[in-house]
Amino acid sequence: MLSIYLNILVAGCLTGAVYGLMALGLSVIFGVLRVVNFAHGEMMVIGMFGAFLLHGAFGLDPMLSLPIVAGALFVAGYGLQRGLINRYVAMPDHIQFLLLLALGLVLTSSNLMLFGPDARGVPLDYAFDSFEVGPVLLDKVRVYAASGAVLLALALWAFFRFTHLGKAIRACADNQVGAQVIGLDVLKLYAVTFGIGAACVGAAGSLMVLLVDVHPYLAADYTLLAFIIVILGGLGSFWGALLGGVLVGLSEALSGFLIAPSLKSMFSFGLLILVLLLRPQGLMGARQ
Amino acid sequence: MTDDTRTMRPTGPSRRDLGRWTLAAGGFALAASSPLRFARAADPVKVGVLLPRSGHLALIGQACQRGADISVPILADLGYAVELMNADTESSPDVGRTQAEKLIREGAHVLMGCFDSATTAAVAQVAEQRGVPFVVNIAADPKITEQGYRYVFRNFPTSAMLGMGGLSLLNDLFQATGATPKTAVLMHVNDSFGQSMLGGINALAPKIGLPFEIVETIAYDPKARDLSVEVAKAKAAGADLHLVVTRLNDAILMVREMVKQRYEPMGIISPGSPGMYEKQFFKTLGKNADYCITNVAWFDPKQELNGVLQSAFEAAHPEETYELNVGFTFEAVLVAADAAKRAGSTDPQALTEALRATNLSNRVMLGGPISFDEKGQNLNIKSAAIQNRDGRPEVVLPAPNATMEPVFPMPGWGSRG
Repeated sequence: MLSIYLNILVAGCLTGAVYGLMALGLSVIFGVLRVVNFAHGEMMVIGMFGAFLLHGAFGLDPMLSLPIVAGALFVAGYGLQRGLINRYVAMPDHIQFLLLLALGLVLTSSNLMLFGPDARGVPLDYAFDSFEVGPVLLDKVRVYAASGAVLLALALWAFFRFTHLGKAIRACADNQVGAQVIGLDVLKLYAVTFGIGAACVGAAGSLMVLLVDVHPYLAADYTLLAFIIVILGGLGSFWGALLGGVLVGLSEALSGFLIAPSLKSMFSFGLLILVLLLRPQGLMGARQ
Repeated sequence: MTDDTRTMRPTGPSRRDLGRWTLAAGGFALAASSPLRFARAADPVKVGVLLPRSGHLALIGQACQRGADISVPILADLGYAVELMNADTESSPDVGRTQAEKLIREGAHVLMGCFDSATTAAVAQVAEQRGVPFVVNIAADPKITEQGYRYVFRNFPTSAMLGMGGLSLLNDLFQATGATPKTAVLMHVNDSFGQSMLGGINALAPKIGLPFEIVETIAYDPKARDLSVEVAKAKAAGADLHLVVTRLNDAILMVREMVKQRYEPMGIISPGSPGMYEKQFFKTLGKNADYCITNVAWFDPKQELNGVLQSAFEAAHPEETYELNVGFTFEAVLVAADAAKRAGSTDPQALTEALRATNLSNRVMLGGPISFDEKGQNLNIKSAAIQNRDGRPEVVLPAPNATMEPVFPMPGWGSRG
């Protein structure tokens, strides 16, 4: 029985790491731009379809096509912020929400027109394999996806911590007026940040397609999931997003096993309500 | 003088002849201008096809439509003249009702459809009010033929027949293979279909005398993205048999997880749900799709007409699954065409009488000749156990119709070459 619990806990953590990378993109965008990306799940699904298409056309493993998908989403995110969202940054929140909701609907409808409603998976040679570590069976695909997510999160942390561009973005997030005073091109940095957020979610999409078959209607579920995770971890908090992802992964796994699989989502929402009541800024969020 | 007069009579038409011709021409014009409800026997019977080609049932509706479309040339070769009038119910009973009215207005002699029970019930009311016969291709709700309708004929098992057929085949399987599980876990999709199947299984199991006890019932979200926890729970129950009620995507997720978690029960059996016999299931899971068993109303491989339909379907739709939705829709058109041929007329009353007297042994699905009881239900439909073997579904029970011997317990995941 102990091995079953261990298996479930490990699987929950591994899935949660990929959830964390997805939510990281949302957290980065909000942390700097103060824009809530309601099209986040849609961007994730585009990343998943990107990996699916590259596998179909060139036989590329999603782990290998990840840089291409992330790069393409960076360019798309940069262009979107530069061409459209920058015009709305100073506008009231509800107008930004409506803009991004509309964008999400357009993306889902486009996906439906292009790919149809069927779920599509990427068939891989190792899709059914597992690693056996003592009593624990580790799903190979889940291990690869989670390792990729953790490595990418570390790379992103190093980028913000040590590079000139990363520091400039953090400066913008801390004090927009101050950043402008010292001569930073804030609008360009905003576009780079949105691009990084989109690249993050694109990379998460490439990893997620290893675990989940993709179809256009997944988008709304992932947007909601990303919100739960970043609110749990703390909106704008880097490590909070990863922690939130792992917590949601674990709560889904444990509640599904111990209580009822149909109630998995209920426990994620329960956790969210609990955090909002006891620590409204999120587990790792700074008090305002 | 009289004779002279006779010889001198003009050779053109008389006034009496003119009167007769005028009446005939008037009658012809009147007939031509009115709706052609009393066509000659050689004219095709117009079948109003009502299927959910869009909306949430679109995929299955389109599968049914393929069965209807392919019936026309096959039935023409068999000497039946059929014309289809297609209408989309948009997966909605209200739209189905409106479309049925429209098809009747436009001259449909008989209606056919509608895949889902709610729309079928709505269309049955229209057919009854307008006195137009209605052949149900697929819909399992028993109430459809329990209302005392005179114009409704169903060539599809009721949910009770499906449940009974699916569960009783389990005992036949254990007897045929000499392997009997003592415990089972039941994993089912948590939607209205899954719940009704669960209710049916719980109600029928004691009556049939199943040899195993269901030790765990696991319901899962129909939109589940991942079934790892559900499968871990099933594995933890340690049961001999894995009973399932699935749809397509969740069936794929479930078997994939079973392989990853090395969960190897004696067998994976569905007592009557879709998913495991569909092409996408084989395509995604490869050799791991093999040995799953579904007990469901299915094609009779020993029927010649089934061979004809299967060849034509696979030539026309190489990417699609040849499955029961295609078969039952084909048979529904066949039933209507056969009635029209025997009636020698497309008059609704004559068609209804002919439908009531149906006795069609040349069919594609498993069971005796198609005939209808006083309620309009065909009771001659049998379920088959179909087992996935070498990447395709094969009939393994009942033995007289089987193309292969059943394999149970199934081989482990690692020993499949």
